[in-house]
Amino acid sequence: MMKNNLPETDYELEIPAQAIQTDEMTLNMGPQHPSTHGVLRVILKTDGEIVTKATPFIGYLHRCFEKHAENVSWVQVIPYTDRMDYLASMNMNHGYAIALERMMGLQVNERAEHIRVIVAELNRIASHLVALGTYGLDIGAFTPFLYTFRERERILDLFELISGARLLYNFIWVGGVAYDAPQGWREKVLEFCDYFEPKIKEYNDILTYNKIFIERTANVGVIPADLAINYALSGPTLRASGVKYDLRRDDPYSIYDRFDFKVCIGQGQVGTVGDSWDRYIVRVDEMVESNKIIRQAAQAMPEGDALETVPKNVKVPEGEYYMRTETPRGELGYFIVSDGKKNPVRVKVRSPAFVNLSVLPAIAPGTMVADLVAIVGSLDIVLGEIDR
Amino acid sequence: MTPEEIKSSLEAKFPEAVAGAGLEVLQPFLKINPAMIYQVCQFLRDEDTLNFDYLMNLSALDLGENLGLVYHLTSLSQRHKIVLKTEVSKEQPNVHSVADLWRTADWHEREAYDLLGVVFVNHPDLRRILLPEDWVGYPLRKDYQTPEYYNGLRVPFPEEQGDLYDEE
Repeated sequence: MMKNNLPETDYELEIPAQAIQTDEMTLNMGPQHPSTHGVLRVILKTDGEIVTKATPFIGYLHRCFEKHAENVSWVQVIPYTDRMDYLASMNMNHGYAIALERMMGLQVNERAEHIRVIVAELNRIASHLVALGTYGLDIGAFTPFLYTFRERERILDLFELISGARLLYNFIWVGGVAYDAPQGWREKVLEFCDYFEPKIKEYNDILTYNKIFIERTANVGVIPADLAINYALSGPTLRASGVKYDLRRDDPYSIYDRFDFKVCIGQGQVGTVGDSWDRYIVRVDEMVESNKIIRQAAQAMPEGDALETVPKNVKVPEGEYYMRTETPRGELGYFIVSDGKKNPVRVKVRSPAFVNLSVLPAIAPGTMVADLVAIVGSLDIVLGEIDR
Repeated sequence: MTPEEIKSSLEAKFPEAVAGAGLEVLQPFLKINPAMIYQVCQFLRDEDTLNFDYLMNLSALDLGENLGLVYHLTSLSQRHKIVLKTEVSKEQPNVHSVADLWRTADWHEREAYDLLGVVFVNHPDLRRILLPEDWVGYPLRKDYQTPEYYNGLRVPFPEEQGDLYDEE
């Protein structure tokens, strides 16, 4: 009869005390990780499943846009701004164009202003749709991603019609836009507004009020209002904490003061004010408001020549200006210094996702490793813009 | 509060702090003595009538002789804005960090250190942020020379050196 190797006596599992690792474990997350939305690396110190410290490492997509900008002419900077936040290129163009216009004292043609607001808000919806879809993916829900990308495709078609490109547009120029809206574009935009309005309910049915989704995101990664302000968070991340602050309303630019829309804030419907679910729902609500703005702007869009006020030569007088605009991710600031010559002296970009991500080390301790994915997803970061 | 009022209340508290001002430009600024920047920021943040609780942006730039630092502040409750400016020399680019007043300054200051070499005294974690840790030099300084090699890799192609976009 075969004998096993076990000793004859009653076997008792005996583990020496020092063999159990009770120390903190260091866990590397990223840079190649599906939930980091690009190439973000986070080094975690964990105690079992609980994160005790999270340190983000960024810069994997760094191209030093600011150095590029110092070596090209004023208008040649615009294509570079596209490539920062590649999910909201229109909003990136918009901020830069307004900064230069204010320095030059340039009044923009009415039709161009309306086209700009329409494309900027369309891009906000498109960007929020990506945020919603990929947030679902992070949590483990695949289907909402397909729903949101279906609608995003329609917006990209509208952009293709007006600018010729689907992702990086180089469309909003200093003093106006690159091309006038083609015939029938306005009607197509209004058609999209009608099409998009009922879709919000679909997202709410499939994802927002899904029990699993709520369990995963409610009370996770709570950012109190005072912390959010001290970290200078902006956009939906700030508003989810209950701070009613939207630059379109509070520091108006372009023609946003003419439109009727409300500023959405987090209310802690399913958990605490400022949790991940609130950041999600603020984006959903904002899409409704953006849709309203688009409809009003498209209806009010006058006839005329949108390229009328685009200057042949952009000459920026000596001076400096800090322009901030509300992009899908929050406050995008351009600090521009000019010496009156043909190149910028300094273009510093205050990118919203860069600032929003910096809060991660403050809110991560005490959460589970799996919840960290939910938190990073809810901050809606774009690494192209963080690393610039 | 108007920029004039902010200036006068600062001067009343710290007579030596304000070294100059530009109130007639698009965005009014105050020039602050670099040694006083921390006290000034603390005062601006904590005084009830000023209450600058939101640091919008902190940027550094090369001014030739000196390095400039620009702080863009706003207040969510009072809805006013002010720009603070200060200058430090390139030989001794030390300035007190404001990262414990506004935590958002943490990463902005690391970026200024990384790209322009401003040293923030009392910063909690002053490391390079965008560039690799072993990078040499501060790229956004105007006198920066692109290194020929980085870790044994050739950095620029020879034809890319010089004014590629200079048409005139």
